[in-house]
Amino acid sequence: MKRFLIAALFALPLVAIATEVPMFTLTIKDHRYQPTTLKVPADTKIKIKVINNDSTPEEFESSDFSREKIVMPNSSIEVFVGPLKAGEYKFFGDFHQDTAQGVLIAE
Amino acid sequence: MWGIALLVFREVLEAALIVTIVAAATRGVARRGWFIGGGIGLGVSGALLVATFAGAIAGAASGVGQELFNACVLFAAVLMIGWHVIWMSSHGRELAQHMKAVGGAVQTGASSLSLLLAVVALAVLREGSEVVLFLYGMMAGGADGLVRGLAIGIAGGSTVGFLLYFGLLRIPLRYFFTATNWMLVLLAAGLASSAARYLVQANLLPELGSQIWDSSWLLSDGSVLGKMLHILIGYDARPSGIQLVFYAVVVIALMLGTRLLGGSPRQAAVRPASKAAAAPELDAVV
Repeated sequence: MKRFLIAALFALPLVAIATEVPMFTLTIKDHRYQPTTLKVPADTKIKIKVINNDSTPEEFESSDFSREKIVMPNSSIEVFVGPLKAGEYKFFGDFHQDTAQGVLIAE
Repeated sequence: MWGIALLVFREVLEAALIVTIVAAATRGVARRGWFIGGGIGLGVSGALLVATFAGAIAGAASGVGQELFNACVLFAAVLMIGWHVIWMSSHGRELAQHMKAVGGAVQTGASSLSLLLAVVALAVLREGSEVVLFLYGMMAGGADGLVRGLAIGIAGGSTVGFLLYFGLLRIPLRYFFTATNWMLVLLAAGLASSAARYLVQANLLPELGSQIWDSSWLLSDGSVLGKMLHILIGYDARPSGIQLVFYAVVVIALMLGTRLLGGSPRQAAVRPASKAAAAPELDAVV
């Protein structure tokens, strides 16, 4: 019961907001992001879906907009980002920093 | 090899700094080596488990299981550190006096110590599970220099931990526990702020302002120094409002807790008898 209540409590804001947030998709293939430049609206809360098509885990990370989440092989995650001020924000794959690099442009 | 070493180094460093502060804070407590060693062992086993079930954790709670899990681990550590800090405020001086008298080995604080064992375990578990996942991926990709990279990373991270530890030992005994207690308070506040960040990422908490300030031009989160300060005092180059709230709440709560529940050893010794008398006083303050 208690667990259910807690789960319900946590689920509330998700239900309330899930419908309004615009979503953008990034795909990881061969330890590279596609696209490498993603344009998103500034001053708006957005959701980024990261699909990992590699057979190895990756961590979607950004110090610029301060997010980190592990993406298991052949699966996807969703991360809420922002609202961000207009500007450029770098992101990377923590496990393959030499290849997995990208930029988020808020405008 | 160096790529592997660098990632492992960063994760080990984060865990090592927490272990170091715990080690310093438990200076003079008997058998603490076993407690800390046990905590590290438990943490490594936990990290393997978490990595094994990473897929299931990520899928839980409609996709925000990873954030919830991280936030829970961090909050658990905050609670345990908080408890220890308040416990130390009434026993710390006693501990310091005993240490001066017998030059070490004090038989005390088993209960508080097992809390800190859990803090060590949680720290190693969180950073360790990332290392495990990373290495698993590297192994699958057939990277060479895996073992050497791992060894260099672990050695490097632990070395920095040891350097900090021996640096801390140079603090005069009179101020030692005050200093380590403050480090624990800031450590706990920083962990709480990180937990808040995970809950914002999962959209479970409002951000209350996305970037209150931006000091990344001065010291970025990605740099080694930035990472160290992130763990030690919760430094964040672009904090959100809610992170500052969590940080402040923990610092204030621990300061108040220390003030109200702690006190000098003498007061602590008398407390059981005068509990009834002390209670109204507490009410008056609150």
